[in-house]
Amino acid sequence: MSAPLVQGYEVVIGFETHAQLATRSKIFSRAPTAFGAEPNTQACAVDLALPGTLPVMNREAVACAIRFGLAVGAHIAPRSVFARKNYFYPDLPKGYQISQYEIPVVQGGSVAFELAGAARTVRLVRAHLEEDAGKSLHQDFHGMSGIDLNRAGTPLLEIVTEPDLRSSAEAVAYAKALHQLVTWIGICDGNMQEGSFRCDANVSVRRPGAPLGTRREIKNLNSFKFMQQAIDYELRWQIERLQDGYAIEQATVLFDPDSGQTRAMRSKEDAADYRYFPCPDLPPLCIAPQWVEQLRAELPELPRAMAARFMADYGLPEYDAATLTQSPQMAAYFEAVVAATGQALAKSASNWIMGEVSRRLNAEERDIAQAPVSAALLAALLSRIGDQTVSNNAAKQVLDALWSQPPAAEAADAAACLACVDAVIAAKGLKQVSDSGALQAIVEQVLAANAKNVAEYRAGKEKAFNAFVGQVMKASQGKADPARVNALLKQLLGA
Amino acid sequence: MSAAHPDLHQMGVAELGAALHARQTSATEVAQHLLARAHAHSGLGAYLALNEAATLAQAAAADARLSAGERGPLLGVPLAHKDVLVTRDFPTTAGSKMLQGYRSPFDATVVQRFAAAGAVTLGKLNCDEFAMGSGNDQSAYGPAHNPWDRTRVPGGSSGGSAVAVAARLAPAATGTDTGGSIRQPASFCGVTGIKPTYGRCSRYGLVAYASSLDQAGPMARSALDCALLLSAMAGPDLDRDSTSLEQPLEDYSRYLAQPWPGASASRPLQGLRIGLPREFFGPGCASDVLQAVRAALNELERLGATLLDIDLPRTELAIPAYYIIAPAEASSNLSRYDGVRYGHRAAQPSDLLDLYQRSRSEAFGPEVQRRILLGTYVLSHGYYDAYYLKAQQIRRLIAQDFQAAFAQCDLIAGPVAPSVAWAIGAKTADPLAAYLADIYTLPASLAGLPGMSVPAGFGADHLPVGLQLIGNYLSEARLLQVAHQLQRVSDWHTRTPPPFTPCPGSHS
Repeated sequence: MSAPLVQGYEVVIGFETHAQLATRSKIFSRAPTAFGAEPNTQACAVDLALPGTLPVMNREAVACAIRFGLAVGAHIAPRSVFARKNYFYPDLPKGYQISQYEIPVVQGGSVAFELAGAARTVRLVRAHLEEDAGKSLHQDFHGMSGIDLNRAGTPLLEIVTEPDLRSSAEAVAYAKALHQLVTWIGICDGNMQEGSFRCDANVSVRRPGAPLGTRREIKNLNSFKFMQQAIDYELRWQIERLQDGYAIEQATVLFDPDSGQTRAMRSKEDAADYRYFPCPDLPPLCIAPQWVEQLRAELPELPRAMAARFMADYGLPEYDAATLTQSPQMAAYFEAVVAATGQALAKSASNWIMGEVSRRLNAEERDIAQAPVSAALLAALLSRIGDQTVSNNAAKQVLDALWSQPPAAEAADAAACLACVDAVIAAKGLKQVSDSGALQAIVEQVLAANAKNVAEYRAGKEKAFNAFVGQVMKASQGKADPARVNALLKQLLGA
Repeated sequence: MSAAHPDLHQMGVAELGAALHARQTSATEVAQHLLARAHAHSGLGAYLALNEAATLAQAAAADARLSAGERGPLLGVPLAHKDVLVTRDFPTTAGSKMLQGYRSPFDATVVQRFAAAGAVTLGKLNCDEFAMGSGNDQSAYGPAHNPWDRTRVPGGSSGGSAVAVAARLAPAATGTDTGGSIRQPASFCGVTGIKPTYGRCSRYGLVAYASSLDQAGPMARSALDCALLLSAMAGPDLDRDSTSLEQPLEDYSRYLAQPWPGASASRPLQGLRIGLPREFFGPGCASDVLQAVRAALNELERLGATLLDIDLPRTELAIPAYYIIAPAEASSNLSRYDGVRYGHRAAQPSDLLDLYQRSRSEAFGPEVQRRILLGTYVLSHGYYDAYYLKAQQIRRLIAQDFQAAFAQCDLIAGPVAPSVAWAIGAKTADPLAAYLADIYTLPASLAGLPGMSVPAGFGADHLPVGLQLIGNYLSEARLLQVAHQLQRVSDWHTRTPPPFTPCPGSHS
């Protein structure tokens, strides 16, 4: 892979991402995982690490890890091991975190994505299951810290890449692709503000061909914007440091969005000895091949495969295919529309979804799943454009009407949807006049009223033709089908 | 109150069950009698907590079930729990100042199972702090005294349990065994105790010492009583303990009245092959202990069993392996006692580190601190491979040695401990000497095998000696069968320490 150099340095970035798994209960207890509850109301005896409590593996969390492994083409370890990572902290109730260390459940795999139109791949080292810690609340109490254990025991999948990324833009593109993937397969809600998807970036620079430089780890990047800023700042800092003749020291750093700078939290010398050892409370995690095959069969079509199919089957351009496969909901909406309209209207459906529908959703900050106009209804509208009942422009007015006042009872079938659309067209008087008799009468009127211009046209002043069209459209109050108007005019003018 | 039945405390579990069924006594009467006895003999240091109201409420509930016609071997039978099993009705201290006054919001699974069977809880029993010790001299609440000689230790860590059963303060008790903590005190106090196969009884609610070894089991006056208790205690608990074995419930008394398969009633152990590990009968074992063990083995031989010598070549290695693995797990298991959420918290901590350091230094006793340090050391970066990993390899080899032995014999027998009970304080200053004395119980613990101690007579100073029986995985019913056959032809298990034999009524 040819890498762009920054001031003569090659950039090397690896990612560790913590994806919070979308399970109902915690990884080792039955307490709920919902976000935003009153402190310490979602922690049971196991989460509080009361004496005598023991962890029991949440099957759904394992299923999430397997789904991820299948989606990235990884090896699903038939036997993986949970280990204890020992350290003291007030929001770590047991005094150790249960994680996977030597033998993780997901091994290898890769994530493919696009950067500026070029295909890229990042190799994954592993993905392992672990529990989250609680939260220390340092601001809420004067002279004291509060502990909220609601998050303690929340299931996480830590996804670790090889140091394959060669620029901040590539790093962000990978993170976005990973985010899309974990939300697409439904194992993570992807909410970065709530911490459901947190990235740590290991950043180093080196002269081309030199061994890997010393890395610094930027922790807890929880927005794509900060991710790019933080990595760019860190790269500049490291290069300046090296150019000033210093060596980079291994460290963990935090990004401060206010100052736009990274600053060191702790150096390697402070690194704790976590005294990892296999957790004796949990037998090795053994995954039957049948279970893996069952989950493989249930795995949805992945976004990149789906985009390729959209291009092949519907003749969509790459941009449309990529846009429509941003979320399974949007893709499903598109496919539902096309299923109802027929493939001939696929590009029209794509245009309307990426344009009119998305614009309205974005303005209202809504997800496509909550669109007031259902796929069936949009399909009915597109059919009416297709059969020239309404013009493209007039159809936007119909969509507005349907959007602001959706049919009270969701139209049950295609016929009902059409009826619903037709009712709006009729009520707004937007029906395109394409009836030949009515249109011919209008055309004849216009020609009769402009005898002089007709004579001029016939004498060779062809520019007059457009004026006739304009007058016919005006006389029809915009409802005339322009193509038919053209045809009729040409016929009656005997051109 | 006990005038009608002055001998209630002399009755074992089976006898009490029968008397309760026959309505010759009531659960309330039995509980009151034993509570009075517990108060009268508080000097033994057996109990750490009583809650008369809770006990009598449980007894009344059992009586109501009996009145309604319900029957069950433990319905209305009182027993007491080692204080490492958490209970809602009683405080749970694990013998530590760290958990002084701690009250669990839930019952341990085994406690729950006994409650469901209608057993009545008398109280919580003394033990070494967090079950770390073999003399009950490491309890933060003072030692328990051996009823055969109050100047001697009762053994440990389930010392209070052994004392309560031996001194007839309770017909039975729960214990837990990590490296011998049921078998050794049973041996020292002349009671019958069984450590089941690892995973047979749920660990949920058992305050963890060494998770890969901890196992609860019953201590009582006979193999029969142990069988009745174990039938209630054992069983899968997969929703709460992932190391719990997926094995159906069992009636552990099912073989008791039967001869060994293929044997006749006159020689009921005909065909049974008992392996005697040469390593258990070496010069390290005191001669008075060996004599008693030999006598018991002779009884088994008279019942038809065949004795043969076998080898468990890595017996000595069990000591270092255990004292690496158990402290390693303990150092991690005890990290939760940090003064943050419950348990002892140092006064006026200056900062977080001070809170941790003082809370833990003030509330953990010397043996617990020693094992936390040992465990932290062996798990440390650079030492893990040399200690922990090596110990795990030895552990696997020890388990393999047992399997090789079980190709030759049906069960293994030997002493439980190399000596009878020692004087209180004799090994306090020399922890290594106490560790070495665990040599005969550690191998079965490391292998996860069931083991029991059966009274086998007396050694020096008329102190009890136990015969250890070790079976293959899940062979508890067979171990109990053999022990029961021995108890049919011997009376060692019925002996009562002299001060506790006189007629009660004079509770002094």
